[in-house]
Amino acid sequence: MGAVKFYADLRSQPCRAVFIFMKANAIQFELEKVDLFLGEQLQEKFTQVHSIQRVPVIDDDGFVLGESGAIFRYLSRKFNVADHWYPAADLARQARIDEYLHWHHTNIRVNAMMTFRHIYINTVRGKPVKEDEVRRHKSELSKALNHMALYFLKERKFLGGHDISVADIQALCELMQLDAVREEGLYLSNPIVGAWIGRVKAAVQPYLAECEAEGVGMMKQLYETITSSSKL
Amino acid sequence: MALKYYFDLMSQPSRAVYIFLKANKINFEPKPIALRKGEHLTEEYKRVNPWMKVPTLEDNGFILTESVAILRYLSQKYKLPEHWYPHSDLQKQARIDEYLHWQHLNTRLQAAMVFQHKLLIPVAKNEKIDEKKVQRFKAELPKVIAHIETYFLRDQKFIGGEDISVADLLAACELMQLFPVFEEDVYESNLKIKAWMERVRTTLNPYFDEGHAITYRTRDSYKKIGPSLGAKL
Repeated sequence: MGAVKFYADLRSQPCRAVFIFMKANAIQFELEKVDLFLGEQLQEKFTQVHSIQRVPVIDDDGFVLGESGAIFRYLSRKFNVADHWYPAADLARQARIDEYLHWHHTNIRVNAMMTFRHIYINTVRGKPVKEDEVRRHKSELSKALNHMALYFLKERKFLGGHDISVADIQALCELMQLDAVREEGLYLSNPIVGAWIGRVKAAVQPYLAECEAEGVGMMKQLYETITSSSKL
Repeated sequence: MALKYYFDLMSQPSRAVYIFLKANKINFEPKPIALRKGEHLTEEYKRVNPWMKVPTLEDNGFILTESVAILRYLSQKYKLPEHWYPHSDLQKQARIDEYLHWQHLNTRLQAAMVFQHKLLIPVAKNEKIDEKKVQRFKAELPKVIAHIETYFLRDQKFIGGEDISVADLLAACELMQLFPVFEEDVYESNLKIKAWMERVRTTLNPYFDEGHAITYRTRDSYKKIGPSLGAKL
Protein backbone atom coordinates (compact mmCIF):
# COMPACT_ATOMS: atom_id res chain seq x y z
CA MET A 1 0.00 0.00 0.00
CA GLY A 2 1.53 3.26 -1.16
CA ALA A 3 0.80 6.84 -0.28
CA VAL A 4 -2.58 8.27 -1.20
CA LYS A 5 -2.45 10.11 -4.54
CA PHE A 6 -3.95 13.55 -4.05
CA TYR A 7 -5.05 15.46 -7.15
CA ALA A 8 -5.38 19.09 -6.15
CA ASP A 9 -4.76 22.76 -6.76
CA LEU A 10 -4.12 24.49 -3.45
CA ARG A 11 -5.85 27.59 -4.75
CA SER A 12 -9.08 25.59 -4.40
CA GLN A 13 -10.74 25.82 -1.01
CA PRO A 14 -11.83 22.18 -0.61
CA CYS A 15 -8.36 21.07 -1.81
CA ARG A 16 -6.75 23.01 1.03
CA ALA A 17 -9.24 21.54 3.49
CA VAL A 18 -8.31 17.97 2.52
CA PHE A 19 -4.59 18.91 2.48
CA ILE A 20 -4.77 20.29 6.03
CA PHE A 21 -6.78 17.29 7.24
CA MET A 22 -4.26 14.80 5.85
CA LYS A 23 -1.30 16.75 7.24
CA ALA A 24 -2.93 17.10 10.66
CA ASN A 25 -3.41 13.33 10.78
CA ALA A 26 -0.04 12.40 9.29
CA ILE A 27 -1.67 10.63 6.34
CA GLN A 28 1.02 10.09 3.70
CA PHE A 29 0.11 11.49 0.31
CA GLU A 30 1.63 12.44 -3.06
CA LEU A 31 0.34 15.74 -4.37
CA GLU A 32 -0.38 15.73 -8.12
CA LYS A 33 -1.04 19.28 -9.11
CA VAL A 34 -4.02 19.92 -11.39
CA ASP A 35 -3.74 23.57 -12.41
CA LEU A 36 -7.28 24.94 -12.40
CA PHE A 37 -6.25 28.28 -13.83
CA LEU A 38 -4.81 26.50 -16.88
CA GLY A 39 -7.93 24.34 -17.13
CA GLU A 40 -5.99 21.12 -16.50
CA GLN A 41 -9.03 19.57 -14.82
CA LEU A 42 -10.77 19.61 -18.19
CA GLN A 43 -7.91 18.06 -20.13
CA GLU A 44 -7.67 14.43 -21.19
CA LYS A 45 -5.02 13.40 -18.64
CA PHE A 46 -7.08 14.31 -15.60
CA THR A 47 -10.43 13.42 -17.19
CA GLN A 48 -9.12 9.86 -17.49
CA VAL A 49 -8.59 9.84 -13.72
CA HIS A 50 -11.90 11.49 -12.84
CA SER A 51 -14.56 12.07 -15.49
CA ILE A 52 -16.37 14.62 -13.31
CA GLN A 53 -13.39 16.95 -13.89
CA ARG A 54 -13.27 18.51 -10.43
CA VAL A 55 -10.74 18.58 -7.61
CA PRO A 56 -9.95 17.44 -4.97
CA VAL A 57 -9.74 13.76 -5.87
CA ILE A 58 -7.89 11.00 -4.05
CA ASP A 59 -6.67 7.71 -5.45
CA ASP A 60 -6.20 5.23 -2.63
CA ASP A 61 -4.58 2.17 -4.12
CA GLY A 62 -6.85 2.31 -7.17
CA PHE A 63 -9.99 3.55 -5.42
CA VAL A 64 -10.70 6.98 -6.92
CA LEU A 65 -12.90 9.35 -4.93
CA GLY A 66 -14.00 12.97 -5.41
CA GLU A 67 -15.87 15.45 -3.18
CA SER A 68 -14.04 16.72 -0.10
CA GLY A 69 -16.97 15.79 2.18
CA ALA A 70 -16.79 12.16 1.06
CA ILE A 71 -12.98 12.17 1.22
CA PHE A 72 -13.03 13.35 4.86
CA ARG A 73 -15.17 10.46 6.02
CA TYR A 74 -13.35 7.85 3.92
CA LEU A 75 -9.92 8.90 5.21
CA SER A 76 -11.17 9.22 8.79
CA ARG A 77 -12.39 5.63 8.80
CA LYS A 78 -9.59 4.15 6.71
CA PHE A 79 -6.81 5.70 8.76
CA ASN A 80 -8.63 5.52 12.07
CA VAL A 81 -8.00 9.15 12.94
CA ALA A 82 -8.82 10.69 16.33
CA ASP A 83 -12.59 10.52 16.79
CA HIS A 84 -13.18 14.27 17.14
CA TRP A 85 -12.36 14.87 13.47
CA TYR A 86 -15.45 12.97 12.29
CA PRO A 87 -17.12 11.12 15.21
CA ALA A 88 -18.13 7.57 14.36
CA ALA A 89 -19.97 6.31 17.41
CA ASP A 90 -21.72 9.42 18.73
CA LEU A 91 -24.72 9.75 16.40
CA ALA A 92 -25.70 13.24 17.45
CA ARG A 93 -22.18 14.68 17.08
CA GLN A 94 -21.68 12.97 13.74
CA ALA A 95 -25.08 14.24 12.58
CA ARG A 96 -24.17 17.82 13.47
CA ILE A 97 -20.98 17.62 11.40
CA ASP A 98 -22.86 15.99 8.47
CA GLU A 99 -25.41 18.77 8.81
CA TYR A 100 -22.76 21.47 8.58
CA LEU A 101 -20.92 19.83 5.65
CA HIS A 102 -24.12 19.63 3.62
CA TRP A 103 -25.48 23.05 4.57
CA HIS A 104 -22.06 24.46 3.61
CA HIS A 105 -22.42 23.83 -0.15
CA THR A 106 -25.22 26.24 -1.03
CA ASN A 107 -24.76 28.67 1.84
CA ILE A 108 -21.13 29.30 2.68
CA ARG A 109 -19.40 27.83 -0.40
CA VAL A 110 -21.58 29.26 -3.16
CA ASN A 111 -21.62 32.76 -1.70
CA ALA A 112 -17.98 33.00 -0.59
CA MET A 113 -16.80 31.36 -3.83
CA MET A 114 -18.89 33.58 -6.10
CA THR A 115 -17.86 36.74 -4.21
CA PHE A 116 -14.21 35.71 -4.64
CA ARG A 117 -14.61 34.67 -8.29
CA HIS A 118 -16.41 37.79 -9.43
CA ILE A 119 -13.77 40.01 -7.86
CA TYR A 120 -10.64 37.94 -8.50
CA ILE A 121 -11.18 36.59 -12.00
CA ASN A 122 -12.46 39.86 -13.41
CA THR A 123 -9.69 41.87 -11.77
CA VAL A 124 -7.01 39.49 -13.03
CA ARG A 125 -8.46 39.65 -16.54
CA GLY A 126 -8.83 43.40 -16.43
CA LYS A 127 -12.60 43.21 -16.80
CA PRO A 128 -15.26 45.13 -14.88
CA VAL A 129 -16.58 43.48 -11.74
CA LYS A 130 -20.37 42.93 -11.67
CA GLU A 131 -21.02 44.89 -8.49
CA ASP A 132 -24.67 43.88 -8.15
CA GLU A 133 -23.76 40.18 -8.27
CA VAL A 134 -21.04 40.72 -5.67
CA ARG A 135 -23.47 42.61 -3.44
CA ARG A 136 -26.03 39.83 -3.72
CA HIS A 137 -23.55 37.11 -2.76
CA LYS A 138 -22.10 39.20 0.06
CA SER A 139 -25.58 39.72 1.44
CA GLU A 140 -26.35 35.99 1.30
CA LEU A 141 -23.00 35.20 2.88
CA SER A 142 -23.72 37.58 5.73
CA LYS A 143 -27.00 35.77 6.47
CA ALA A 144 -25.25 32.42 6.27
CA LEU A 145 -22.50 33.55 8.65
CA ASN A 146 -25.14 34.75 11.06
CA HIS A 147 -26.72 31.30 11.02
CA MET A 148 -23.31 29.70 11.42
CA ALA A 149 -22.76 31.80 14.52
CA LEU A 150 -26.17 31.37 16.13
CA TYR A 151 -27.02 27.78 15.19
CA PHE A 152 -23.81 25.84 14.58
CA LEU A 153 -21.51 27.68 16.97
CA LYS A 154 -23.73 29.14 19.70
CA GLU A 155 -21.55 28.90 22.84
CA ARG A 156 -19.54 26.02 21.37
CA LYS A 157 -15.85 26.33 20.61
CA PHE A 158 -16.17 24.63 17.22
CA LEU A 159 -18.90 23.85 14.68
CA GLY A 160 -19.37 20.28 15.84
CA GLY A 161 -18.96 20.89 19.56
CA HIS A 162 -16.02 21.32 21.88
CA ASP A 163 -13.40 19.82 19.58
CA ILE A 164 -12.23 20.69 16.10
CA SER A 165 -13.64 18.57 13.28
CA VAL A 166 -13.63 18.38 9.47
CA ALA A 167 -16.51 20.86 9.45
CA ASP A 168 -14.25 23.58 10.88
CA ILE A 169 -11.48 22.97 8.34
CA GLN A 170 -13.97 23.00 5.47
CA ALA A 171 -15.46 26.31 6.62
CA LEU A 172 -12.06 27.84 7.39
CA CYS A 173 -10.67 27.17 3.92
CA GLU A 174 -13.77 28.42 2.16
CA LEU A 175 -13.82 31.68 4.11
CA MET A 176 -10.07 32.29 3.83
CA GLN A 177 -10.42 32.43 0.04
CA LEU A 178 -11.84 35.89 0.65
CA ASP A 179 -8.50 37.01 2.10
CA ALA A 180 -7.06 36.84 -1.41
CA VAL A 181 -9.29 39.72 -2.47
CA ARG A 182 -9.03 41.63 0.81
CA GLU A 183 -12.57 40.70 1.85
CA GLU A 184 -11.80 38.95 5.15
CA GLY A 185 -13.85 41.69 6.79
CA LEU A 186 -16.94 39.84 5.58
CA TYR A 187 -16.40 37.06 8.08
CA LEU A 188 -14.30 38.85 10.69
CA SER A 189 -17.05 41.41 11.21
CA ASN A 190 -19.14 38.72 12.89
CA PRO A 191 -17.55 38.52 16.35
CA ILE A 192 -18.61 34.91 17.02
CA VAL A 193 -17.29 33.79 13.63
CA GLY A 194 -14.13 35.85 14.11
CA ALA A 195 -13.39 34.25 17.46
CA TRP A 196 -14.08 30.76 16.11
CA ILE A 197 -11.85 31.24 13.07
CA GLY A 198 -9.03 32.33 15.35
CA ARG A 199 -9.37 29.07 17.28
CA VAL A 200 -9.40 26.95 14.11
CA LYS A 201 -6.36 28.73 12.68
CA ALA A 202 -4.49 28.22 15.94
CA ALA A 203 -5.34 24.51 15.94
CA VAL A 204 -4.06 23.89 12.37
CA GLN A 205 -1.49 26.68 12.04
CA PRO A 206 1.51 24.68 10.79
CA TYR A 207 -0.54 22.97 8.05
CA LEU A 208 -2.21 26.23 7.09
CA ALA A 209 1.22 27.78 6.66
CA GLU A 210 2.27 24.87 4.44
CA CYS A 211 -0.46 25.52 1.89
CA GLU A 212 -0.21 29.32 1.99
CA ALA A 213 2.42 29.86 -0.71
CA GLU A 214 0.61 27.84 -3.37
CA GLY A 215 -2.85 28.68 -2.09
CA VAL A 216 -4.27 31.91 -0.75
CA GLY A 217 -0.83 33.54 -0.69
CA MET A 218 -0.32 33.07 -4.41
CA MET A 219 -3.67 34.57 -5.33
CA LYS A 220 -3.32 37.42 -2.83
CA GLN A 221 0.04 38.38 -4.29
CA LEU A 222 -1.30 38.50 -7.83
CA TYR A 223 -4.38 40.46 -6.75
CA GLU A 224 -2.28 42.96 -4.79
CA THR A 225 0.10 43.42 -7.72
CA ILE A 226 -2.70 44.11 -10.18
CA THR A 227 -4.72 46.39 -7.91
CA SER A 228 -1.71 48.43 -6.80
CA SER A 229 -0.32 48.83 -10.33
CA SER A 230 -3.70 50.00 -11.58
CA LYS A 231 -3.42 52.91 -9.17
CA LEU A 232 -0.26 54.17 -10.91
CA MET B 1 -44.22 10.97 19.94
CA ALA B 2 -40.41 11.07 20.10
CA LEU B 3 -39.84 11.75 16.39
CA LYS B 4 -41.35 14.87 14.82
CA TYR B 5 -40.88 15.54 11.11
CA TYR B 6 -41.43 18.99 9.61
CA PHE B 7 -41.81 18.93 5.83
CA ASP B 8 -43.54 20.11 2.67
CA LEU B 9 -43.93 17.54 -0.11
CA MET B 10 -43.37 20.33 -2.66
CA SER B 11 -39.74 20.28 -1.47
CA GLN B 12 -37.57 17.56 -2.97
CA PRO B 13 -35.47 16.79 0.12
CA SER B 14 -38.67 16.80 2.21
CA ARG B 15 -40.05 14.11 -0.09
CA ALA B 16 -36.94 12.00 0.13
CA VAL B 17 -36.98 11.85 3.93
CA TYR B 18 -40.76 11.33 3.99
CA ILE B 19 -40.54 8.37 1.61
CA PHE B 20 -37.60 7.00 3.62
CA LEU B 21 -39.52 7.18 6.91
CA LYS B 22 -42.54 5.49 5.37
CA ALA B 23 -40.61 2.80 3.50
CA ASN B 24 -38.76 1.87 6.70
CA LYS B 25 -41.91 1.99 8.82
CA ILE B 26 -40.41 4.50 11.24
CA ASN B 27 -43.05 6.03 13.49
CA PHE B 28 -43.17 9.80 13.39
CA GLU B 29 -45.48 12.70 14.05
CA PRO B 30 -45.96 14.47 10.71
CA LYS B 31 -45.72 18.26 10.95
CA PRO B 32 -46.57 19.59 7.50
CA ILE B 33 -45.30 23.12 6.83
CA ALA B 34 -46.97 24.75 3.82
CA LEU B 35 -44.23 26.79 2.09
CA ARG B 36 -46.73 28.39 -0.28
CA LYS B 37 -48.58 29.81 2.78
CA GLY B 38 -45.35 31.03 4.37
CA GLU B 39 -45.70 28.66 7.31
CA HIS B 40 -41.90 28.25 7.39
CA LEU B 41 -41.60 31.96 8.21
CA THR B 42 -43.69 31.90 11.38
CA GLU B 43 -42.17 32.58 14.79
CA GLU B 44 -43.31 29.13 15.85
CA TYR B 45 -41.35 27.37 13.11
CA LYS B 46 -38.39 29.70 13.54
CA ARG B 47 -38.08 28.38 17.09
CA VAL B 48 -37.80 24.86 15.67
CA ASN B 49 -35.46 25.77 12.80
CA PRO B 50 -34.01 29.29 12.80
CA TRP B 51 -32.89 28.85 9.17
CA MET B 52 -36.59 28.50 8.31
CA LYS B 53 -36.23 25.77 5.71
CA VAL B 54 -37.67 22.26 5.38
CA PRO B 55 -37.17 19.48 6.20
CA THR B 56 -36.37 19.44 9.90
CA LEU B 57 -36.26 16.43 12.19
CA GLU B 58 -36.85 16.70 15.92
CA ASP B 59 -35.85 13.61 17.89
CA ASN B 60 -36.79 14.04 21.53
CA GLY B 61 -35.66 17.64 21.48
CA PHE B 62 -32.60 17.06 19.24
CA ILE B 63 -33.10 19.26 16.18
CA LEU B 64 -31.49 18.19 12.90
CA THR B 65 -31.71 19.88 9.49
CA GLU B 66 -30.30 18.94 6.06
CA SER B 67 -31.93 15.93 4.42
CA VAL B 68 -28.64 14.08 3.94
CA ALA B 69 -27.74 14.38 7.61
CA ILE B 70 -31.27 13.30 8.54
CA LEU B 71 -31.20 10.26 6.25
CA ARG B 72 -27.85 9.12 7.61
CA TYR B 73 -28.89 9.73 11.23
CA LEU B 74 -32.08 7.72 10.81
CA SER B 75 -30.35 4.84 9.03
CA GLN B 76 -27.90 4.50 11.91
CA LYS B 77 -30.28 5.19 14.77
CA TYR B 78 -32.81 2.62 13.61
CA LYS B 79 -30.10 0.18 12.49
CA LEU B 80 -31.68 -0.08 9.08
CA PRO B 81 -30.51 -2.58 6.43
CA GLU B 82 -26.97 -1.68 5.31
CA HIS B 83 -27.87 -1.03 1.69
CA TRP B 84 -29.62 2.23 2.59
CA TYR B 85 -26.37 3.71 3.77
CA PRO B 86 -23.46 1.21 3.90
CA HIS B 87 -21.54 1.78 7.13
CA SER B 88 -19.26 -1.21 7.03
CA ASP B 89 -18.17 -1.07 3.39
CA LEU B 90 -15.89 1.98 3.24
CA GLN B 91 -15.78 2.25 -0.53
CA LYS B 92 -19.53 1.83 -1.05
CA GLN B 93 -20.17 4.37 1.70
CA ALA B 94 -17.70 6.75 0.11
CA ARG B 95 -19.33 6.54 -3.32
CA ILE B 96 -22.73 7.29 -1.82
CA ASP B 97 -21.27 10.17 0.22
CA GLU B 98 -19.69 11.44 -2.98
CA TYR B 99 -23.05 11.55 -4.76
CA LEU B 100 -24.75 13.16 -1.75
CA HIS B 101 -22.17 15.98 -1.66
CA TRP B 102 -21.93 16.42 -5.42
CA GLN B 103 -25.69 16.67 -5.93
CA HIS B 104 -26.16 20.01 -4.12
CA LEU B 105 -24.60 22.16 -6.82
CA ASN B 106 -25.36 19.76 -9.65
CA THR B 107 -28.60 17.73 -9.71
CA ARG B 108 -30.36 19.81 -7.10
CA LEU B 109 -29.33 23.28 -8.15
CA GLN B 110 -30.11 22.89 -11.85
CA ALA B 111 -33.37 20.91 -11.57
CA ALA B 112 -34.71 23.11 -8.77
CA MET B 113 -33.95 26.29 -10.71
CA VAL B 114 -35.72 24.99 -13.85
CA PHE B 115 -38.79 24.30 -11.70
CA GLN B 116 -38.55 27.67 -9.97
CA HIS B 117 -38.29 29.60 -13.24
CA LYS B 118 -41.03 27.61 -14.97
CA LEU B 119 -43.54 27.92 -12.15
CA LEU B 120 -42.85 29.47 -8.74
CA ILE B 121 -41.08 32.66 -9.83
CA PRO B 122 -43.40 33.70 -12.68
CA VAL B 123 -46.44 32.99 -10.48
CA ALA B 124 -44.98 34.97 -7.57
CA LYS B 125 -44.05 37.90 -9.80
CA ASN B 126 -47.20 37.66 -11.91
CA GLU B 127 -45.02 37.58 -15.03
CA LYS B 128 -44.41 35.31 -18.02
CA ILE B 129 -41.72 32.65 -17.85
CA ASP B 130 -38.21 34.02 -18.46
CA GLU B 131 -37.11 31.46 -21.06
CA LYS B 132 -33.50 32.65 -20.99
CA LYS B 133 -33.24 31.81 -17.30
CA VAL B 134 -34.93 28.43 -17.81
CA GLN B 135 -32.50 27.60 -20.64
CA ARG B 136 -29.51 28.68 -18.58
CA PHE B 137 -30.20 25.99 -15.97
CA LYS B 138 -31.62 23.43 -18.38
CA ALA B 139 -28.41 23.62 -20.38
CA GLU B 140 -26.47 22.24 -17.40
CA LEU B 141 -28.68 19.20 -16.96
CA PRO B 142 -27.46 16.93 -19.80
CA LYS B 143 -24.00 16.92 -18.22
CA VAL B 144 -25.50 16.19 -14.79
CA ILE B 145 -27.50 13.29 -16.24
CA ALA B 146 -24.42 11.98 -18.08
CA HIS B 147 -22.37 12.02 -14.85
CA ILE B 148 -25.10 10.21 -12.93
CA GLU B 149 -25.13 7.57 -15.66
CA THR B 150 -21.45 7.07 -16.31
CA TYR B 151 -19.83 7.98 -13.01
CA PHE B 152 -22.35 7.13 -10.31
CA LEU B 153 -24.46 4.34 -11.82
CA ARG B 154 -21.75 2.74 -13.99
CA ASP B 155 -23.98 -0.05 -15.34
CA GLN B 156 -25.07 -0.98 -11.82
CA LYS B 157 -28.69 -1.22 -10.81
CA PHE B 158 -28.31 1.57 -8.26
CA ILE B 159 -25.65 4.11 -7.25
CA GLY B 160 -24.36 1.86 -4.44
CA GLY B 161 -24.52 -1.33 -6.51
CA GLU B 162 -27.17 -4.02 -6.40
CA ASP B 163 -29.45 -2.35 -3.88
CA ILE B 164 -31.15 0.99 -3.45
CA SER B 165 -29.59 3.59 -1.12
CA VAL B 166 -30.34 7.09 0.11
CA ALA B 167 -28.38 8.41 -2.88
CA ASP B 168 -30.84 6.96 -5.39
CA LEU B 169 -33.78 8.17 -3.33
CA LEU B 170 -32.52 11.75 -3.15
CA ALA B 171 -31.45 11.81 -6.81
CA ALA B 172 -34.85 10.58 -7.97
CA CYS B 173 -36.70 13.14 -5.85
CA GLU B 174 -34.58 15.99 -7.24
CA LEU B 175 -35.09 14.89 -10.86
CA MET B 176 -38.83 14.46 -10.26
CA GLN B 177 -39.01 18.23 -9.71
CA LEU B 178 -38.79 18.47 -13.52
CA PHE B 179 -41.92 16.32 -13.95
CA PRO B 180 -44.62 18.82 -12.90
CA VAL B 181 -43.29 21.41 -15.37
CA PHE B 182 -43.21 18.94 -18.25
CA GLU B 183 -39.41 18.73 -18.41
CA GLU B 184 -39.09 15.00 -17.73
CA ASP B 185 -37.57 14.51 -21.16
CA VAL B 186 -34.35 15.81 -19.62
CA TYR B 187 -33.94 12.49 -17.78
CA GLU B 188 -36.23 10.22 -19.79
CA SER B 189 -34.27 10.80 -22.99
CA ASN B 190 -31.40 8.89 -21.37
CA LEU B 191 -32.72 5.33 -21.43
CA LYS B 192 -30.44 4.09 -18.66
CA ILE B 193 -31.54 6.92 -16.40
CA LYS B 194 -35.16 6.40 -17.34
CA ALA B 195 -34.86 2.71 -16.41
CA TRP B 196 -33.09 3.55 -13.14
CA MET B 197 -35.79 6.11 -12.17
CA GLU B 198 -38.46 3.44 -12.81
CA ARG B 199 -36.47 0.97 -10.75
CA VAL B 200 -36.29 3.45 -7.85
CA ARG B 201 -40.01 4.12 -8.10
CA THR B 202 -40.94 0.43 -8.24
CA THR B 203 -38.62 -0.43 -5.34
CA LEU B 204 -40.08 2.32 -3.15
CA ASN B 205 -43.75 2.09 -4.08
CA PRO B 206 -46.35 2.67 -2.76
CA TYR B 207 -44.34 5.22 -0.75
CA PHE B 208 -42.73 6.86 -3.79
CA ASP B 209 -46.11 7.69 -5.30
CA GLU B 210 -47.46 8.73 -1.89
CA GLY B 211 -44.52 11.11 -1.45
CA HIS B 212 -45.04 12.49 -4.94
CA ALA B 213 -48.82 12.98 -4.71
CA ILE B 214 -48.50 16.77 -4.75
CA THR B 215 -45.90 16.57 -7.55
CA TYR B 216 -48.35 14.61 -9.71
CA ARG B 217 -51.21 17.02 -8.91
CA THR B 218 -48.98 19.97 -9.78
CA ARG B 219 -48.35 18.50 -13.22
CA ASP B 220 -52.10 18.32 -13.79
CA SER B 221 -52.54 21.95 -12.76
CA TYR B 222 -49.61 22.95 -14.97
CA LYS B 223 -51.54 21.86 -18.05
CA LYS B 224 -53.55 25.07 -17.61
CA ILE B 225 -51.14 27.28 -15.61
CA GLY B 226 -48.13 26.57 -17.84
CA PRO B 227 -49.57 27.94 -21.09
CA SER B 228 -50.93 30.98 -19.23
CA LEU B 229 -47.33 31.69 -18.19
CA GLY B 230 -46.11 31.24 -21.73
CA ALA B 231 -44.95 27.63 -21.46
CA LYS B 232 -45.26 25.38 -24.49
CA LEU B 233 -46.25 21.87 -23.40
